[in-house]
Amino acid sequence: MSDGVADKGLLEMRGISKSFAGVQALKNVSFSLRRGEVHVLIGENGAGKSTLIKVLGGAHLPDSGEIVLEGQPVQIQSPSASQHMGISIIYQEFNLIPELTVRENIFLGREKTRNGFIDAAEEHRQALNLFKKIGIEVDPSERCSDLTVAQQQTVEIAKALSVNAKIIVMDEPSAALSQQEVDHLFEIIRDLKAQGMGIVYISHRLDEIFQIGDRITVLRDGQLVGTQDVKATSRERLIEMMVGRPLEMEFPEHKSKPGRERLRVQNLCRGKAVRNVSFSVRSGEILAFAGLVGAGRTETMRLIFGADQPDSGQIFVDGVETRILGPRDAIRNRICLLTEDRKGQGLILVHSVQENFGLPNLDRYLKGRFLDHARECSEFAGYVESLKIRIADQDQIAMTLSGGNQQKVVLSKWLATNADIFIFDEPTRGIDVGAKYEIYLLMHKLADEGKAIIMISSELPEVLGMSDRIIVMHEGCIKKEISDVANARQEDILSAAIT
Amino acid sequence: MMRKAMSDYGMVFVLLGLCLVFSLLTIKEQVPGNDTAISELMTRIKSDFKPDDVILVAGAARKDSEQFAVQMGAELKKQGFKNARVVVGIPSDLRTVLDEIKGAGAKPAALIAGPDVMKWRVIDHIQSNYPEFSGCRIITPKTWLWPDFLKASNLLAIVDRIVVIAVIAIGMTMVIIAGGIDLSVGSLIALSAVIGTLVMKKLGGLDAPAWVVPIGFMAGIAACGIVGGLGGWIVARFNVAPFITTLAIMMVGRGLAFMITGGFSIYQVPKALPWLGQGRSLEAPNTVILVLVLYAIAHVFMSHTRMGRYIYAVGGNKEAARLSGVPVFFVTVFVYIVSSLAAGLGGCIQASQINTGTPNMGTMYELYVIAAVVVGGTSLSGGSGKMLGTLIGAFIISVIQNGMNLVGIESYTQQVVLGAVILGAVLLDKVRNSGGMAMLLGRKA
Repeated sequence: MSDGVADKGLLEMRGISKSFAGVQALKNVSFSLRRGEVHVLIGENGAGKSTLIKVLGGAHLPDSGEIVLEGQPVQIQSPSASQHMGISIIYQEFNLIPELTVRENIFLGREKTRNGFIDAAEEHRQALNLFKKIGIEVDPSERCSDLTVAQQQTVEIAKALSVNAKIIVMDEPSAALSQQEVDHLFEIIRDLKAQGMGIVYISHRLDEIFQIGDRITVLRDGQLVGTQDVKATSRERLIEMMVGRPLEMEFPEHKSKPGRERLRVQNLCRGKAVRNVSFSVRSGEILAFAGLVGAGRTETMRLIFGADQPDSGQIFVDGVETRILGPRDAIRNRICLLTEDRKGQGLILVHSVQENFGLPNLDRYLKGRFLDHARECSEFAGYVESLKIRIADQDQIAMTLSGGNQQKVVLSKWLATNADIFIFDEPTRGIDVGAKYEIYLLMHKLADEGKAIIMISSELPEVLGMSDRIIVMHEGCIKKEISDVANARQEDILSAAIT
Repeated sequence: MMRKAMSDYGMVFVLLGLCLVFSLLTIKEQVPGNDTAISELMTRIKSDFKPDDVILVAGAARKDSEQFAVQMGAELKKQGFKNARVVVGIPSDLRTVLDEIKGAGAKPAALIAGPDVMKWRVIDHIQSNYPEFSGCRIITPKTWLWPDFLKASNLLAIVDRIVVIAVIAIGMTMVIIAGGIDLSVGSLIALSAVIGTLVMKKLGGLDAPAWVVPIGFMAGIAACGIVGGLGGWIVARFNVAPFITTLAIMMVGRGLAFMITGGFSIYQVPKALPWLGQGRSLEAPNTVILVLVLYAIAHVFMSHTRMGRYIYAVGGNKEAARLSGVPVFFVTVFVYIVSSLAAGLGGCIQASQINTGTPNMGTMYELYVIAAVVVGGTSLSGGSGKMLGTLIGAFIISVIQNGMNLVGIESYTQQVVLGAVILGAVLLDKVRNSGGMAMLLGRKA
């Protein structure tokens, strides 16, 4: 694979194995990186991507195998050792301290000093230079908490450059970015490439891989499936490599039969985020909301669910005007919201899956003054089976589940409330290909059962592949409605989302 | 199942370990009570001696020992041993009597040595100093080895000592599980006690009938509930950090207690006041019964009711709980009210124990209560913890204090040891919960 490129070779990881408490996380995995290359690393959740990256970053010591950096065999003992060797890792959850300024974050732990005091002016100057190098304008004295996600990412990249990194690892950098921002990120990456840096790019989004990648390595169950040139492979081939079997289609076939109107929203307003939003959704229908991050889609749904209160506007459930003062009211009106941020808002990560399941349903499990644990248990067991939730037992802590299984637990708790209106906010974010397909099937099943479904998604193929109707939002307003989804193109949605 | 119980209540082993250590350190020769000793001795004497034998009973000039000697002598006379003779005093008194008997040419058949007397040197040397008394037998009550720590009276003292902290820790456990903290409980003890005893004083004071006591208690507890409810409302409504809110209430509560009394203690209380804190029902101290009942209720509440589950949910992830339909505002106010009601009850118990209300009662108690909760395995970050764990935590603190008193460690050293044990217990818990010894050795799991 990488023979004969020793002159350009930057990193060579050979036969890396690592196990945790008897579980083999990595088995004899080899990975190489050349100068000026973007090497994409893909695989389902749990395939071993993050373990491999943590070995490279010095967070884990491999059980066996060797790492060769620029022709020299090295031992990466700790994260700081890794940094000294010129390896910089940008994790999905950024390592920025929100309360500090951009400048302070970039030089954290390596402050420039003069006479024992921090030389802020010098740091400021160097930070500006770094941003110039990347071709982006960020004020170094701004607080990181005031930056957008995309800006924070560029700060991370600037930080990597400031330590003279030769290798930059990006873990799902595009997950929280809008299309425009992703395009800009790619420009930066191409620039870094041109400067001779090696970039390891981890992603779930197959489209991006073809845009930015040079080579691609697929991991599955801790083992290397293969490394290919991006030019010589195809989308179908990659999915097949990832899931280990050919997957006929990314989105399941579905014929929807929309019924009567379930939910209607009129002139909903809240500050600048939601302006005069009106729409309706029928039973058996999947209505997709497309748009850029921050277009007001999530904010609109939070108003419907009662998580926030609107300034004005009306909500009709089954034709009856309904005041929704809080999530409890929404649940009573059979509305549920599967939040985008599963870990922060959807689940109580430190509690068991069963407790998470029971939380909105405890009213129904009361027997006199006490909870009927047995009934809660058996009902949950029913959902575990019907949704194929993979858990060791009902006491398993929610934190330890994969993204797909977490989403199913969230879904099970709302199914148990007997909800009729399901709002999915980015239902497949951070979920691997195989589990995505299962979530799609479940959404179709809900639609077939006559539930009304609203889906917010930033992935255009998902919007086009799943919905019966599409609403595009921009800066708090509805910009466009597309009813003929079969003939809609990504460009149509994108142009409405941007302007 | 077994493993889950182990991880939930792992602190039980710490508690048992402490009990074992203190038991071993306090093993001593135990003397039976007078009645038991006398009846046991009488059976031995009746079978071994004739009624006209001279029998000497010696007791030391100390309450127990003297009583023993007098009672024993009376019992002997009653059973027909007419030559029984009782000596009470110091060793030289016994020697005088022995000389007297020797001078009269008589010879004691037995010398019964009461508690303390058996350690006198006169007894050890009687054979060499009085060769003519060669047939005289020395009889002592049967003794045995047993730890002072494990004596029933001491075990009850352990519970009695911790009762106020244990009661308040019920509320504190709920607050901490819900992700908060309540620093006001110590001063609410004083506020409750002061208001309670003041009401009793106004309703008749020393000569008031017994029903005045519960009225006073209720007034004190209700006052605490109102103050605590206010704090909870501020925390829930304005999202102010509980630490600072309850710190402010702590100061307000203490200040109010001093203002109400002008800084003095209230002694004009009804005679029925000590019943709760010092009385006994069904052979057990009322305080012990109260603690057990309250913990049983609290345990069931936390694990088998909807509200209990909501409390865990709010502490685990407030936003996720809210979006799951949990009434977060209500739950937050509720836990602070429970905590202050518990503190109010704690104040009543303490007032009853010391039979007065004083504005400087309960100083620093909030810290002991928090220590009990944390040692009991409840996480300060909220969302997890067990009510019975807190009871164990309270016992651990009490056992340490009691054990150190028995062993004779002075009180300044006790504080150092207590602090170290709290640290140790919490570290142990962390290690147990996060992959065992690997973490302790600094390796990443």
